[in-house]
Amino acid sequence: MQPDELPLWERALIATYRWRRVDPVPVARLGRPIAGCRVALVTTAGLVAPGQAPFDLARRGGDTSFRVLEATIPGADLRVVHRSDAFDRQAVERDVNVAYPIEPLGALAAAGVIGSVAPRHLSFMGSITAPGRLQRETAVAAADVLVADGVDIALLAPV
Amino acid sequence: MSLVQAQLERRGLVTASVSVMPGITTAIGVSRALIVPFGLGRPFGAPADRALQSSVLRALLNLCARTDVPVMESFSEADAVESP
Repeated sequence: MQPDELPLWERALIATYRWRRVDPVPVARLGRPIAGCRVALVTTAGLVAPGQAPFDLARRGGDTSFRVLEATIPGADLRVVHRSDAFDRQAVERDVNVAYPIEPLGALAAAGVIGSVAPRHLSFMGSITAPGRLQRETAVAAADVLVADGVDIALLAPV
Repeated sequence: MSLVQAQLERRGLVTASVSVMPGITTAIGVSRALIVPFGLGRPFGAPADRALQSSVLRALLNLCARTDVPVMESFSEADAVESP
């Protein structure tokens, strides 16, 4: 997609957004058919499970921590803790599956489309304007969780 | 999110991300991305629309099987209606 094909708001965002380019882009390969894969979800909707500490809305540069969401937690029990008001928060609060599709993922496992749903999934808050700490520390810790669970595929949902 | 995605790929996990901002996604660089026509906050579509949410998941899984990466494709609701 060429830059002049983008809507004006996105072109303005690109000009001001403090993004960090990934180069070269690392690429892994599937070692088995998708029907045999364990799949995890990663969202930036700022979802927090009951009993978990909320994200820090005031942290300078953004809160780079993440919350581990057990697959058994009903989506309706999750709450949104997010400092951005630029996304459709009401849609997420009405149905968390718009940003964390744990229910349809379970249905795909039951139908044999994937091998299994991972036992743990990850929630970030996003809106991180100082990505250094995320890159150095948090991303590594997040990968540790999914690797420990034998996850083959991670599907990511930035909001 | 792209930094997390890159780290997961380095650790051997195959990843695909939904993108509601293809310009940003292209600028940053990710292994596999699916451009969706939904608004910010709703990367898997409308609330309570399980069929649509499932179709987006299936499209992401299809990207995971691709070997011609990095790859970025567009998802359309018309595709979702036609999918089983």
